[in-house]
Amino acid sequence: MRDARSLWLHAAVILLLFALNFLLPEYHRGIFSRVMVLAVFAMGYNLAFGYTGLLSLGHAMFFAAGLYGTGLTIYHLGWSVWPALGAGLLAGTLLALVIGFLALRTTGVAFMIVTLMFAQVFYLTTLYFTTYTRGEEGLVLPQAMRTLALPGASFSLTDPTTRYMAALALLTIALGLTLFLVRSPYGRALIAIRENEERMRMLGYDVFANKLGSVVISGLICAAAGAAYAVLFGYVGSGFASIQYSILPLLWVLLGGAATTLGPFVGTLFMFYIIDTASDYTTAYLLVVGLALILLILYFPKGIAGTVRERWLPWLP
Amino acid sequence: MAAVTPLLSTRGLSRAFGGLKAVQEVDFALPEGQIRAIIGPNGAGKTTFVSLVCGRILPSSGSVVFDGRDVSRLPAHKRVRAGIAYTFQITSIFSGLTVFDNVALAVQRHLLDDREARPTAHALKEDGMAALEKTGLAAFAEKRAGNLAYGHQRLLEVAMGLALKPRLLILDEPTQGLSDGEIDSFIALVREIGRDATVLLIEHNMDVVMALAERITVMDQGRILAEGTPAEIRADKAVQQAYLGG
Repeated sequence: MRDARSLWLHAAVILLLFALNFLLPEYHRGIFSRVMVLAVFAMGYNLAFGYTGLLSLGHAMFFAAGLYGTGLTIYHLGWSVWPALGAGLLAGTLLALVIGFLALRTTGVAFMIVTLMFAQVFYLTTLYFTTYTRGEEGLVLPQAMRTLALPGASFSLTDPTTRYMAALALLTIALGLTLFLVRSPYGRALIAIRENEERMRMLGYDVFANKLGSVVISGLICAAAGAAYAVLFGYVGSGFASIQYSILPLLWVLLGGAATTLGPFVGTLFMFYIIDTASDYTTAYLLVVGLALILLILYFPKGIAGTVRERWLPWLP
Repeated sequence: MAAVTPLLSTRGLSRAFGGLKAVQEVDFALPEGQIRAIIGPNGAGKTTFVSLVCGRILPSSGSVVFDGRDVSRLPAHKRVRAGIAYTFQITSIFSGLTVFDNVALAVQRHLLDDREARPTAHALKEDGMAALEKTGLAAFAEKRAGNLAYGHQRLLEVAMGLALKPRLLILDEPTQGLSDGEIDSFIALVREIGRDATVLLIEHNMDVVMALAERITVMDQGRILAEGTPAEIRADKAVQQAYLGG
């Protein structure tokens, strides 16, 4: 029962997003494409932060590893999209493995600082190799190279519909993966580690290995978002490795609801539209964003999806 | 006497916290199947001693041998998987999860280790409910653990230990804060557990100790002061002075 309901809900969300491709005006369709890719980034972050309780302040490095892994191989080595995406995923996953192995020796505030510092190192590295990355200015991938080859056809990812559908496909995979994970025995163990780490150790769980697994999968999902961003939007710059992009997924997840499967998407979408709407009226749009966040934390401390779960739909995963 | 290898033994086990020698040179042996109580005044090193056994803290020197294997350097989670279960002195449950989910986490770990079994929903349910029935918590399975009465939370703690199907179950002051009625049913429960597992019990309540323990180890100032049957311990002059208040 419980399982069926939440599967239907997720399927309905995907279908709705599919339909929106044909309904939305061009401008909003563009926003949705971007939001879906960044929501995948937020979902990856949510796995570590929301479900496992690891407050990382350095997830920009995993997104950026995907972004650069894909972008640089296309730009400098002339790789086609599929192998370049593979390079992005691999870069992010390996980075998460190494960083997780080192950073998980710490907990709490120390973990926040250590992840922050590693991300800063990554950011400065992208600036240091300006010859290849062009730093803040970044690289623009040539349109001709952003072509996705599938059996029997090839699609230009610069076309708005293709781009929207590719983003939706990625979102669907990430959502399905999260849903599957958090209901598996492994996901239950991660949640329990978040709740009471010492107890889990005394139930025979290798807490370090479980957390490391969580960081690696989280890094993989974030890197997938970064890799997709490179090919879908054609821009690769250091800005995505900066501290701002470590804080943003945290805000998106908090806004949408930590440890909910749909929260990251809801939060990302909400934040984009607050900024978009507010900047129509005033240049001080960040003030509006700040106010909205304060109100949300005051009245919906568990985020949008978290509050919905608490008040109305307790079965929401 | 037949030379039976004990299930658990320690040799020269010591642990110092800075200048404080919490446990000093403890040689201890516990045969399989026994219910053993450790008693002693506050600060005698009882909890530190069992923490050394289950691996929550590492020894300064000495060794712990479990089931013929030196486990002194094994991390806690590996000792749990070798068959040593520990229930916390201060109730440590997952208060946000349901009672069943609490136990299911222990069952899941046990099933994952068992190569023949798989953590299917059915197996989880069966083993989890079995542990809850033993402890009399089956009726509360779907309740949030944090909303349970204190006595029931203590029982849940034991149920989680049981669900691991341990060979050695360490109970650290399990009856602390329980009512008299609850203590009676608790005694019956530990007797029941004692049929399948070896039990090491830290306990202040002497009625519980006398009712359950086959042998008693008395600790004082980090050392073993005496060891014997309940009758012997009751008659021991040194014990009376140190602990029973003479």
